[in-house]
Amino acid sequence: MADFLSFSHISKTYPGVKALSDVSFGVGKGSVHGLIGENGAGKSTLIRILSGDTGADDGEISVDGVAQHFGSTRDAFAAGVVVVHQELQLVPELTVAENLRLGRFPNRAGVIDFRSLKDEVNRRLKEIGLSVDADTKVSRLSLGERQMIEIAKAIMLDARVIALDEPTSSLSSQESEVLFQLIGELRASGKVIIYISHRLDEIFRLCDGCTVLRDGKLAAHHPAMADVTRESLVAEMVGREISDIWGWRGRPAGEVRLKVEVMSGAKLPRPIDFEARAGEIVGFFGLVGSGRSELMRLVYGADPRRSGKVSIDGVESSGANPRRSIREGLVLCSEDRKFDGIVQGLSVAENIVISARRHFSPFGLLSLRREADTAADFIKQLRIRTPSAKQDIVNLSGGNQQKVLLARWLAESGVKVLIVDEPTRGIDVGAKAEIYELLYHLAEKGLAIVVVSSELPEVMGISDRVIVMCEGRIAARYERAEFNEHAILASALPDRTAGEPNKKAS
Amino acid sequence: MAFLKRLLLGEQGLLVIFVIAFAVVSVFVPSFLTERNMLGLFQSVVTIGIVSCTMMFCLASRDFDLSVGSIVAFTGMVAVMASNASGSIVIGLIAALACGTFVGFVNGAIIAKLKINALITTLATMQIVRGLALISSDGRAVGINDPGFYQLALSRFIGIPTPIWIMVALFCVFGFVLNRSVFGRNTLAIGGNPEASRLAGVNVDGMRIWIFTIQGLVCAVAGILLASRITSGQPNAATGLELSAISACVLGGVSLAGGRAAMTGVIVGVLILGIAENAMNLLNIQAFYQYLVRGLILLLAVLLDNVRSTGLGRK
Repeated sequence: MADFLSFSHISKTYPGVKALSDVSFGVGKGSVHGLIGENGAGKSTLIRILSGDTGADDGEISVDGVAQHFGSTRDAFAAGVVVVHQELQLVPELTVAENLRLGRFPNRAGVIDFRSLKDEVNRRLKEIGLSVDADTKVSRLSLGERQMIEIAKAIMLDARVIALDEPTSSLSSQESEVLFQLIGELRASGKVIIYISHRLDEIFRLCDGCTVLRDGKLAAHHPAMADVTRESLVAEMVGREISDIWGWRGRPAGEVRLKVEVMSGAKLPRPIDFEARAGEIVGFFGLVGSGRSELMRLVYGADPRRSGKVSIDGVESSGANPRRSIREGLVLCSEDRKFDGIVQGLSVAENIVISARRHFSPFGLLSLRREADTAADFIKQLRIRTPSAKQDIVNLSGGNQQKVLLARWLAESGVKVLIVDEPTRGIDVGAKAEIYELLYHLAEKGLAIVVVSSELPEVMGISDRVIVMCEGRIAARYERAEFNEHAILASALPDRTAGEPNKKAS
Repeated sequence: MAFLKRLLLGEQGLLVIFVIAFAVVSVFVPSFLTERNMLGLFQSVVTIGIVSCTMMFCLASRDFDLSVGSIVAFTGMVAVMASNASGSIVIGLIAALACGTFVGFVNGAIIAKLKINALITTLATMQIVRGLALISSDGRAVGINDPGFYQLALSRFIGIPTPIWIMVALFCVFGFVLNRSVFGRNTLAIGGNPEASRLAGVNVDGMRIWIFTIQGLVCAVAGILLASRITSGQPNAATGLELSAISACVLGGVSLAGGRAAMTGVIVGVLILGIAENAMNLLNIQAFYQYLVRGLILLLAVLLDNVRSTGLGRK
């Protein structure tokens, strides 16, 4: 059978970076095709070309045997190609229904027919299996729900080719199941699904074939998954074997460094206590919406608290805002890199020294040499892949942006407590291992580290202790010796029927 | 051709265009390139030039200040009235600087602490302050009693009038602050991503208040010099200054979305506006056409900037 969607000899160059060179492969109708590769391997660029967001320098895409020249995403829509981006593209202040039909409102002479809009959207949402009301404002939905809305949008465009970029990165496992079911149905109806994910288990579970990119080139193309193994894929992705990705190693825990008491805020009404010791990595696990990120933002002082006290090394912190927290040695790497992390338009170097520069800027005057040295130092130390320290940070891949954000705090000499929210979201295997290694190294230096993650294997893989959150409270605590995948997951699931209290250990 | 393209679309494209425009005007407009006309040109852009320095910071931090024209008029008024009343020019100047700073501080505090949009806040203060200028003078120009006040604008140093020196000094100071101080870099960071900057420990509220306060102070300097030049406090002076200053900044490549600014660009922007006006005056073109030309220049500059950024593959 001829390929329904085919890429032939696609090349694309960005200033200083050869993003894609001569990539060709095809995908047949009614199949799910995985697209994998490390960060910066060229997946995002390929997807941007497919979506019509940017043009290829060379080569062409054809759909159903017809060569396409997408000048815009509208052209791509017209050809039945829809990309669901990892960074969601919804308008938060509009309702679900409005978002789904944005640009194509049912109307009479320009007046929107809200009733038919709402009815149609509610019907479609039900078909897809989403329990969201069409009138809800998108800003009130969780990240997971927003992801499903994006996919619903693609379906409503009657897409023939749907590309999903890391669709499960912010979904809970239940939500992922709903998504997988949906993907199965789409395949059965003859659509082509391009599935981009770092989660290889999902690739094996869902995909009929897959393509591996490495350094902008086609590293491997598997029309079928029969003779493909996890190890062989990883080897094709990184060009080397990675055995134990976690590489956890024990270390003695010292005194209590971080003590959080009766912490509560608007989105987290029930007070929460926890602590972390010097040299300890405490993992926070919970489903999307369990309040993990909200808790960390309260601890950091990013959001106003209702109650709560944070002590660092036994000294009560005055930090009710990020600036004071940083001065007292408590820092947070946020979950949402794009909105709460990187400063767009500033260079990699500027993003690294934004906070630490106050240590070497007498009277508020910059020391350009110290700044350049600091940036160069961390770019080398953390192996941040960038053409130069002066590169605008938006041009870096997700993994490298994350390293820049970690470097921002490492450049602060007096950090005692490091909180990292989703440290490896959307990051490839190789960079993940590097980030874990960095966290171990910091813990060995005596920092107390709190890692928030929605990936259970990750939490279990790297933490010395796990705290499970569920519906805005701490549901359970586990020492490393008691780690058990089923138990941890069970305590993270809301249990409305039983009414019996969850396990409360230690 | 490729060389020309690179030259025009490069980082210094605006400067290149400015040099070309300057050369063309020098050749074709009689008596343009004379010492007298050059000094006149520079003196005519002093108010815009001075205000653009701090307007640049405002825009770079993703804010807006519409109240500058009113502050210039009001502080000029205050300087004249206070020195007339007290008989001391120094007291008049101090009063004007204090008033400008105060208005700026109020702008900043409302925007940063009460979280009211800068456009709305300064739209309100623009009218309030203009109202104060009109009320205090009963809507009439107030003449300067002490001729010493004229000397601010008339005095010269090495043959160049003092206001021009002050403008050049402010260009240097704010260029330095933008590029070489924590304040300047934090301004760009706030403009680039306010929430990320806050979480990275930048005192966003404090920065905003400072930016507007300094804007007020600098407007007062411009107001005093303007009053001295027109030998009176005029309640209707400097109308439309806010738009001219914003135009100069945008011409100079300052992004209205924040995060991008350069002092050299703003200086060139100010001079382009000045040259256009000056050349049209010399050619006896009716003043009404000047609005048209200024608008067209602004549009062209923004288009050029757009072509430049897409040409470089940036988004």
